[in-house]
Amino acid sequence: MLKSRTGPLIYLGVLILFPLVVRDSYYQHLMILVLMWVTIGSGWNIIAGYTGQVSFGDAAFFGSGAYTAGLLAHKLGFSAWWGLGLGGLVALAIAFPFGWICFRLRGAYFALATLALNEICRHLATVWESLTDGMVGILVMQTFVSKIPYYYIALALAVLSVLCVEWIVHSRLGYYFISIREDQDAAESLGIDTHYYKMVSLSFAAFLTGLAGSLYMNYMGFIDPEVVFSLHDISIMAILVGIVGGVGTIYGPAVGAFVMVAVSEIFRTAGFGFLKYLSQATGWGFMNLVTKYVSEAHVLTFGVLVVLVILLMPNGVVGDWPKLRRLVSRAR
Amino acid sequence: MDVFFQTLVAGVLKGGLYALIGIGMTLIMGVMRIINLAHGQMMMVAMYLTYVFFHYMGLDPYVTLLISMPSLFFLGVIIQKYFLNPLLKTETILPENQVLMTVGIGMVLTEVARFIFTSNYLSAKTQYSDATFFIGGISFSVALCIAFIFASALTTAMFFFLIKTDVGRSIRAVAQDTEAASLMGVNAERIRNYTMGIGAALVAAAGTLLLPVYYLFPDIGGPFTRKAFVITILGGLGSTVGAIFGGITLGLAEAFGATYIGMDYEDMIGLLIFILVLLFLPQGFKRLTKV
Repeated sequence: MLKSRTGPLIYLGVLILFPLVVRDSYYQHLMILVLMWVTIGSGWNIIAGYTGQVSFGDAAFFGSGAYTAGLLAHKLGFSAWWGLGLGGLVALAIAFPFGWICFRLRGAYFALATLALNEICRHLATVWESLTDGMVGILVMQTFVSKIPYYYIALALAVLSVLCVEWIVHSRLGYYFISIREDQDAAESLGIDTHYYKMVSLSFAAFLTGLAGSLYMNYMGFIDPEVVFSLHDISIMAILVGIVGGVGTIYGPAVGAFVMVAVSEIFRTAGFGFLKYLSQATGWGFMNLVTKYVSEAHVLTFGVLVVLVILLMPNGVVGDWPKLRRLVSRAR
Repeated sequence: MDVFFQTLVAGVLKGGLYALIGIGMTLIMGVMRIINLAHGQMMMVAMYLTYVFFHYMGLDPYVTLLISMPSLFFLGVIIQKYFLNPLLKTETILPENQVLMTVGIGMVLTEVARFIFTSNYLSAKTQYSDATFFIGGISFSVALCIAFIFASALTTAMFFFLIKTDVGRSIRAVAQDTEAASLMGVNAERIRNYTMGIGAALVAAAGTLLLPVYYLFPDIGGPFTRKAFVITILGGLGSTVGAIFGGITLGLAEAFGATYIGMDYEDMIGLLIFILVLLFLPQGFKRLTKV
């Protein structure tokens, strides 16, 4: 399925038609989130999946993109849409010196450094009140009332990022990245400047994530440091999107984003209100309690999901597709 | 000048506990070659254990050390045996799967604690929590002093354990070269379990000792995990002596930062140190001390 292009093209066709068919703005909202996560997940996949440098701090790039757009509109009076291009560039400007510092060291340092970068950005955005208004956050008027324009912009970004990954993988860059992931010493001995190419890889990732951040600002209209620099809701979510979909696969993030947004939404709303309905219909008192716990437990489910996915399906839906298909056919 | 010495004392006392946290982390780093991002969360579990025993049974936190340390030892062994060791055998693209796993475990621990105890701030106020004594105009917190003494004792015991005992030697052997150690008849898998257990027990001790002077809520693990990795980076990954220096340095830096720059920046300082170390002393204190 994934060798040929039919699968992804059908997926794309469905996505293009989706807002024309489903008029409910709630589901349109969810799909916009899915598309945004496709962009972020693709970015994460470039640096972590292909280059093997796992980033735990995507929120730093996401948040700086969002704040760029927000501050442009809030302080300078430009349209926040200018931030869409600039947000990516600002994220890039953060990623480049950051990569230069921490790619000199191998191993665990990069993962730790991204975590630290995440925290530093959040603290800065919280403490530097004269610039960012701190915990008050930034409010920007949304441009469109309807969700459909946002949907297509998000779709364009998602397609752009998947195409970007595909271009990288099939170009010389992709081979450099993968060689760094597989064996850094061998890559170096073949004359690949690993330090430089890791930075290139990180720049792609940061740029895409920054774009998604500015989209988020434009779409949601409100940000504060706890939301856009959140370790759990952004950085860990980005990792989950990458892992669930399939690390180091082109279409993995597209699958992972869909699964993860669905999972988090199912738990946040207790099965889209199903459990609540059940408790009212049956009149069982304990169902109310279950509903309450399920909707409170969405971070817990994230944690459990991380554990289960890594234990059982370490290469994700796309990466372990042959294994999954064999399981299904054996069950039949 | 009093303020300066007061800050110095506060920093060193806090640094003793940080060293305890850091040694556990660095042992795990040395043997398993992973960073344990559930380290602070393990400490949180120990703190809640201590709280439960203090609140419902009136046990003194220092007596609870005898309960919290073994309990967390078992928790650590279970985590390593059933969640981390199996990952060594599976074929994956990412080497960091184990680190991700610790993140997941940390999230689960935090959320389970939130389920049981809700997000409210708790504290265990004992008679000595706020007690102080004075030496030459500088006040010493009784609880922190006791904690510092316990921490030093445990650290010393840890050194003897690593240098003198059979298991300790095996741990060092596996840390140096897993394959060679296996060839010499060391059961590397069991040593990994023990190491995770010991790391967890040490951080449990730190949590129990900290509880009388601190407050407790489910999210407390995250900041301490970050402190732990700053300490380990500062000391040099896998270096035990480095972790002690790293702990004291972080304690001092935080204390001076809070006094002379502002409380808001206390958490930033650790991270700033982290960046500075990466820039100027990439192998941490290990590079200077060669231990």
